Amino acid sequence: MDQKISLTIDGKKLEASPGQTILEVAGENGIHIPTLCYYKGTTNVGACRVCVVEVENARSLVASCCMPVSQGMMVMTNTERVMNARKLVVELLWSSGDHNCLQCEKNGDCELQDLVYELGIEKPRFDIDSPGYEIEDTNSMIQRDLNKCILCGKCVRVCNEIQVHEVLDFSMRGSNAKVGPAFDTDYIDSECVFCGACVDVCPVGALTFKQARFQGRPWELEKVRTTCPYCGVGCQMDLNINDGKVVKVTTNRDYDKPNQGMLCSKGRFGMNFIDSPDRLKTPLIRRDGELKEASWEETYSYIAEKFASIKKKNGPDSIAGLSSARCTNEENYLFQKFMRAVIGTNNVDHCARL
Amino acid sequence: MTNSIEEIEFTDAILAIGTNTTENHPVIGSRIKRAVRQQGAKLIVVDPRKIPLVKYANIWLRPKPGTNVLVLSGLMNVILNEGLLAKEYIETRTEGFDAFKETIEKYTPEYVEEISGVPADDIRIAARIYGEAERAAILYTMGITQHTHGTDAVKSCANLAMLCGNVGVEGGGVNPLRGQNNVQGACDMGALPNVLPAYQQVASDEARAKFEKAWDVSLPAKPGLTIMEIMDAAHNGDLKGLYIMGENPMISDPDLTHVEASLKNLDILVVQDIFLTETAQLADVVLPSACFAEKDGTFSNTERRVQRIRKAVEAPGEAKADWQIISELATKMNYTMEYSSAEEIMDEINGLTPSYAGITYERIEEEGLQWPCPNTEHPGTKYLHKDKFSRGLGLFSAIDYRPSEELPDEQYPFILTTGRVLYHFHTATMTRRSEGLNEKYPESLAEIDPIVAE
Repeated sequence: MDQKISLTIDGKKLEASPGQTILEVAGENGIHIPTLCYYKGTTNVGACRVCVVEVENARSLVASCCMPVSQGMMVMTNTERVMNARKLVVELLWSSGDHNCLQCEKNGDCELQDLVYELGIEKPRFDIDSPGYEIEDTNSMIQRDLNKCILCGKCVRVCNEIQVHEVLDFSMRGSNAKVGPAFDTDYIDSECVFCGACVDVCPVGALTFKQARFQGRPWELEKVRTTCPYCGVGCQMDLNINDGKVVKVTTNRDYDKPNQGMLCSKGRFGMNFIDSPDRLKTPLIRRDGELKEASWEETYSYIAEKFASIKKKNGPDSIAGLSSARCTNEENYLFQKFMRAVIGTNNVDHCARL
Repeated sequence: MTNSIEEIEFTDAILAIGTNTTENHPVIGSRIKRAVRQQGAKLIVVDPRKIPLVKYANIWLRPKPGTNVLVLSGLMNVILNEGLLAKEYIETRTEGFDAFKETIEKYTPEYVEEISGVPADDIRIAARIYGEAERAAILYTMGITQHTHGTDAVKSCANLAMLCGNVGVEGGGVNPLRGQNNVQGACDMGALPNVLPAYQQVASDEARAKFEKAWDVSLPAKPGLTIMEIMDAAHNGDLKGLYIMGENPMISDPDLTHVEASLKNLDILVVQDIFLTETAQLADVVLPSACFAEKDGTFSNTERRVQRIRKAVEAPGEAKADWQIISELATKMNYTMEYSSAEEIMDEINGLTPSYAGITYERIEEEGLQWPCPNTEHPGTKYLHKDKFSRGLGLFSAIDYRPSEELPDEQYPFILTTGRVLYHFHTATMTRRSEGLNEKYPESLAEIDPIVAE
C-alpha cells in the first residue's frame, strides 16, 4: 500500500497514496476545489457536484470528492468547462430555494454565498422557485428552514455516521426531496437528542441556533475555546461571545481529542445558566434569620472570626470542608490547602464518594 | 479510566456494565455506537433497564438490581471453564490467581441464573464474546458502584480484565466513566480526607514533610472525616463549622432529612456557589462565585486529560473566581495566599504533585495532557499499567457474592433504583435554567413495572 501514485493537477506534478481522492490530494497540496457536500470522515456522496473537475480522457466531468486518483492522471480544476458546470450547479441551487441573505443568520458565514461570490454570479439564469415550506419553529434550540436547504446531506451523515443518533435521513423524491426525522415530524417530536451537530455542519441557513438569532453576526462573534462544564468527557468547545454574552456554543473538529467536534445537548444548549438573573451577585450574611447583602470585607471578617473562635474552643477537627467536582483543579488544590494549612484539619471531601 | 476515550472506538469487544452511556456520557456513547456500527466491535450490555445502548448490543444481560458481582463471577466462571483465559499474562503479570479461581468455581451460569435472573446461556454467550476478543474494554459507572458491595463489583471488573489479559493494553482496560467535569481532578488534587495531592497519604511522615516545607506550616497526620461522617458529626454536634464550595448536598446526598438536620445544627455554614441552591438557602454566609465561563483554570476529564477552561465573559456583580475567594479568606485568616492567576497555582501544583509535574499551561494550550506526566518532556500517558502494574503485579481478589443490605420485605416490597437523563445534570442547578433542555425534558418520571402498577 505504500506504493505512490503520480498524477498532475493543474500542471503540478504530485504524489499520492492509493485510495486517496482527487479532492484530498488537491487539498493536501494547497489547490482549492470548492465543495458543499463533502464532510471529512463520512461517506463521500458526490451529491452537490460543485467539486467537479476535468480529467483527461474521462467521458465527462468527475466529482473530485468521489474519484480515487490513478497513475498518470491529468486533472484540471479550473478550465472553462469546469467553471461553467460549477456556475450551473450553483445557479440551480440558488434558484431552487429562498436564499435571501438579508435576515439570514448565516450571512457572512455561508458556503453557498461564498460560492456565488467566488464564481462571480450576478443572478441565476433560472427563475427562483422556493418550495414554500413552513419554517419549523417548534423548539427553542434549532430553527429549521427547509427553503434554504440545498440537500447536501451533511446533516444526515453527521447524524448517522459521526454522532450515530440515526435520526435524520432523506425522504420523498426528485424536487420534493427533503431532509428530516422519520415520518416528517418536527425535531422536538422526533427521536432527535439535540446534539446540534447538524446545525454545526449546515453550510447554509437551513439549520440555525435559534437562541443565537439576531444576537450577533458571524464576524462580530468572538470564539473562546474551553472545556464543557458538565460530565467527565471534557468536550472541547467554543463559546461564541458577543457584547459580553455567550450567544451560542459551536465546536471545532481540529481540537481533536477527546470529542472530535462532537457535543451533547447539555454542552450545546445548557449554557443559559451563565447569565441567569438568579446568579448570586454579592456576598450574603444571615441576619435576623434572613440572608442579607454584605461587602466582601465584612463577609471575610465574619467567617474568619467564626472559624477562629470554633478552632480555639473546639479544635480544628470541629470544622470541615466540602470541595467541588465542579470547580477547577487549581481551586480544589487551594481548597484542600485551606482546610489543611489554614484550618489545620484533614476534614475535606467532595461528592466523588456518593 | 485506565485507557483513553479514543480507544473505545477501536477495540474488539466492549462490556458496558451499569453505564447508561448515551445519556450520561453521550459523546462516549457515540464512540461505542461507532465501534459497533462502523468497526465491527461486539457489545455486551449489562443493565436492569433497557437502556438505549441495548439497541446496539450483541447481547443484553438483564440482572436483578444488586446482582452485578454475581453476573461478573458467572462470566469469569465460563471463561475459566472454557479455557478462554490469558494464561501467560496471569502467570507473569498477576498474583492471587489461585484463591480467586477457587472462589469463582461455584458461580456456574446455572447458579448465577437462579439469583440474578440472567439466563445461563446468555452468560455463556457474553463470556465467549469477552473472552474470545483479542482486546476488550470494560466500561462502568455508578450502576455498579452505588451499592453496599460497590467495591466488590469494581474489583470483579478488574479480575475479569486481568483474567483475559486486558489491562495495560491499548483498547482494553477497566474504565470508570466519571460523572462530573472535574471529579477526577478534585480527587487528584487531594480534596479527600486521607490523601494530599496525587494520592500522597496524609498519614505518611514523608509526604507531610514535603507539604509542610512547601506550605510553611505543620500539618495534621490523622485522616479526616468523609462526607457521610461529616454530616453525622454535624448531626451529633461534634462538628461546628462547615465550608461548602460548589456542592449541593441538600439534593445530592442520601437521606435529606438527616442532611437538613445536620446542616441546621452547625454553628456556621458557609456556602460558596453560583446560585442560591437548596444548600445555600440554609447557610449563614453565602459567597458568590464565578462560573466556568468567567475564569481560567483546568479540569481533568475521565481519561485523566488535563484541559484548559478560559475566561470568556465577566462574572455577574461582585462574584469572584473560587480560587480568589479561597486565597482572600486564607489571607484574612493570617495565612498569606497570593496568586495573581490560576496559572500560578498550577505552577505550585506542578512542584508538589508528581503525576502533574509536567502539565503546564503552555503545554496544554492546544491539547490537554493525560497524567501521569512526570516532567515537561513527557508526552502524557494514554493508558495505564503498560508492561507492569503500578503496584508491580496485578492483584486478583477472591470475591464472594453478597446480597444487598436492604432487600425488599413486607413493609417495603419493591426495589427502587435511580437513573439519569440526557437533558439534566446532577442537581439540575444549571440545566433547569436552560430553556431548551427544559422543553425537551420538563419533569422527572418514574418507570413502574405494569404488573406492579396495577
